This record gives sequence, C-alpha cells and structure tokens, in this order.
Amino acid sequence: MSDFKQTFNSSLGKKLIMALTGLFLCTFIIVHLGGNLLLFNNDNGYSFNAYANFLTHFPPIEVIAYILYICILVHALYALILTVKNRKARPIAYAASNNSPATWSSKNMGLLGSVLFLFIVIHMGDFWFKYKYTDSVTFKEYRTNLITGATTSADYTPEYKEFEHSVSNEGNMEVVRVKNLYATVSKSFSQPWYVALYVIAMGALSFHLLHGFQSAFRTVGWIHRKYTPIVEFIGTWFFAVIIPLGFAAMPIFYYIKSIAK
Amino acid sequence: MSNGNMNLTLKVWRQPNAQTPGKMVTYKAENISPDMSFLEMLDVVNESLIHKGEDPIHFDHDCREGICGMCSLYINGQPHGPKRAITTCQLHMRSFHDGQTITIEPWRAAAFPVVKDLAVDRSAFDRIQQAGGYISVNTGGVPDANEIAISKVIADEAFNSATCIGCGACVAACKNASAMLFVSAKVSQFALLPQGQPERYNRVQAMVAQMDAEGFGNCTNTGACEAECPKEISLTNIGRMNNDYLSAKLFREQHVHES
Repeated sequence: MSDFKQTFNSSLGKKLIMALTGLFLCTFIIVHLGGNLLLFNNDNGYSFNAYANFLTHFPPIEVIAYILYICILVHALYALILTVKNRKARPIAYAASNNSPATWSSKNMGLLGSVLFLFIVIHMGDFWFKYKYTDSVTFKEYRTNLITGATTSADYTPEYKEFEHSVSNEGNMEVVRVKNLYATVSKSFSQPWYVALYVIAMGALSFHLLHGFQSAFRTVGWIHRKYTPIVEFIGTWFFAVIIPLGFAAMPIFYYIKSIAK
Repeated sequence: MSNGNMNLTLKVWRQPNAQTPGKMVTYKAENISPDMSFLEMLDVVNESLIHKGEDPIHFDHDCREGICGMCSLYINGQPHGPKRAITTCQLHMRSFHDGQTITIEPWRAAAFPVVKDLAVDRSAFDRIQQAGGYISVNTGGVPDANEIAISKVIADEAFNSATCIGCGACVAACKNASAMLFVSAKVSQFALLPQGQPERYNRVQAMVAQMDAEGFGNCTNTGACEAECPKEISLTNIGRMNNDYLSAKLFREQHVHES
C-alpha cells in the first residue's frame, strides 16, 4: 500500500491522475456532443427527449455518469493541489514578467479550468438537477402512427406525481410520454446572457483542450515520432475546434430560432 | 554616443544573504561597449561600485564560454537573456540598446535559495544527480571500442540529452519552477544507451523521488524550459522520463521468487 501511495503522491503520479481523468473527460464530451446533436433534429424534441430519458434510466449509463462526476472532481481537486505545490515551489515572484515563449493556453490552464468548472456547475444545475430532482420540467406526449410513421406531439400532465415515462400502444398508435427537457433547453437558450455564457465557456473549453489533450499524452509518456504529430493534430482540430464549435452552435441555433419565431 | 557605447539603467536584485530579505536596486551602467559580454558589463559596474566603496553585485560565473553551466541571471523576464540557445556569458551587449532598462534577477525557486544577490544555491541538482544520475562500472580490462553496437540515431539523441550543463534555466523559466527538463535529460542520457540499462528503472525512480523531495514544481508541458535551454534540450526528454517512471512504477515490478 505504501508503494501505491508513493507512486500516486509523486509529482509524476499526480500528473498521471490529471492526464487520465482529463482524457476520460475528453472521451465523454465526444459522446455528449454526439447525443446533443439530436437537438438539431426538427421533430419537436422527440428524439432528444427520448435520448435524455434513456440516459437517466439505463443503469450502465448511470454508473458511467457517477464515474464521470468523480473524474471531474478529482481532476479539479488535483489541479488545485498541484497549483498550490507549484506556487510553493516559487515563493518569491519575479519582478519582470515572464517573457519565455510558451502558448497562452498552456500558461492559463488553471484559469480556463476554473471557468469550465463554474460552467459545469451552472450547466448541471440548470439541466441535470432540474431534470432529476425537481418538477420544473414539463412532460410531452408523442403519438406515432405505426403505419404512416407520422408523429404528433402534445403537452402531457401526469396523473400522479411519481410519473417518469411510459411507452404504450393504442391500436396503431405508439404513445411515448417523457419529460420535455427540449422545452427547458429552448427556453434557456432564448435568453441572450445565457447564450453568451455558453459561448464563452466553449471558448474556454477550446483553449483548455488545445493544450490539455496533447499534454496528457506527454504526461503518460506516449511520445512517438509518428503518433505525437497525429495526437497534436487531433487535439487542435477535433478537440479545440470542432467540438467547441459544435457545442456553441446549439445555444446560438436556439437563440436564432427563438427570435425568428 | 558617438563611439557606439551605451548607457543603461540596471535594476538588480540585492540580497545580503539567504536569511535577509532582498530588494531591487537601480544602478547606472555607463559607457558600455556593445562588444562586451553581459558578464563583462557587470564586471564594469562592479569595478565602479568597488571604487565607491560599495559591495559589488555577486553573480555566478566560471568558464565564460557557455559550457560550464555556472552563470545564470534572469534578464528582462528570460533566463540567460533574450537570445536563444546561449548562456548569459555568451550574451553580448549589442542585444540591448542605448538607454534601455535591464532587470536582473536570480533564478527564483524554493529549491534554489539565494546565497547572495544573484547567486543561488543549485546543489539540489547535485543531490538529484547523486540519487541515480550515474552508471556503475566495474574496473577491469579496457573493452573494445565497437563491442557494443549503438545506432547513430540513438547515439545522437543520447548525446543531445547529455549536453545539459545543469544551469537551471529550465527551472527559472518554468511557471511552476519544475526541474523536469533537467532531470529528464539526465535520465535520458543513460536510458537511451546500453550502458544505462542495468540501473535504468531504479535510476528514474530515485531521481524523481529526489526531485520531489527538493521541492521543485510539477510539469505542465508549457515548453518554456525547452525554449530557454541554452543547450536546446528537447521536451521529448520529459515524455521519455514519464514513460520510464510510469512503466517502472506500474509495470516493471514483477513478483520475484526469493529463495
């Protein structure tokens, strides 16, 4: 046990924890973005609401979700511990500002991470918490004609308080009743300040991953003549450009939709 | 000035000893030739201070040709000054202009306590080296020069790592005061070569443990160290050290039957 502790209390061990939790969070946001692309489906939120319902009621996803929350907390906690240690390593600051060439993002990971942590708290409070622990999310009923495939939707008021979701058949009609998170999302994203918050947070995500993704590979010691340039390419174009743009497009899309109405 | 000489304002960290707090003091450096090295400029300033009966500015120096690793100085926010791939003794005053203000500070790190003024105690590096930065060779007959085949690529890489002069610019440049570039260069120069293999995994663990014990910060891969290193030691060394350390800690310690 002491060997184990020694490994993970060493500078490199702590960095390994940062890298591995960070990389797990990177894989998560791919899935998160992929699922949320359903918000662009023009189906009155049917696919998105069904997806949200699946995520909150499928046990393996629940397990992964708790691993995810732990990863976020551990990543933030170790960042804090390492930052305190790094500050202690230089008790007297330089009078002249550091002119050594290093990328802006690499020098501001703590600031970017703090912005992201704050964002995650607000984001989860607004959707995850409301969805799971309050009655503020309304219900929607989707009726699909199994012969024609046409779907109609209507607001639905549950008959009892504990109602969560139901799928039933009425003749040729498939009736799906789920929480209407889609309505919560479109309502939130009709507020300009909320859209601005999301876009700023995605800017922070971009710069955080611009350095973080490739840095994690260096920390775990995977440096390779052929593969490191590929890792750097993926970190830049996929994680720092495509993913943040994809996420930022959602609030912007819904805001434009709300003013176009 | 007509002869091309310069007048400069120096802001220099003065600290009588490790126990007494220091402060920045302003000096005039007058009639400085652009062909002087930075250390020669300080020599001129010190001569005038001695003439005035004041305590000269203490700074480390030895070979003055960029190979010993003794000179330091954090000049205008950069270790070894504004030019790349040189030490302070190789920096010339032509890199500055007449009337410029130059801020000169010691390396700042808890593990490098100030001895006096701009001179810091870098024996933390010596203790890291003593923890494992060597190979154990039994004496005996001289082996044939080409007995052990080493590819040119590997030999070059090991030599590149071995060019580290241990000046500490990497620590000074790092926003976290991390010594990872130094330690990784010293780990790599042996880890790459056949002679370094027997002690490879014990070496990396011992040197990292000593690095942590000295109170250096943690690497965040900003690359400031690589950019400021007078010997252009590559950041790749840090990745290589991480790889060796983690494989030593997580994979290499197989159970051995004790008889």
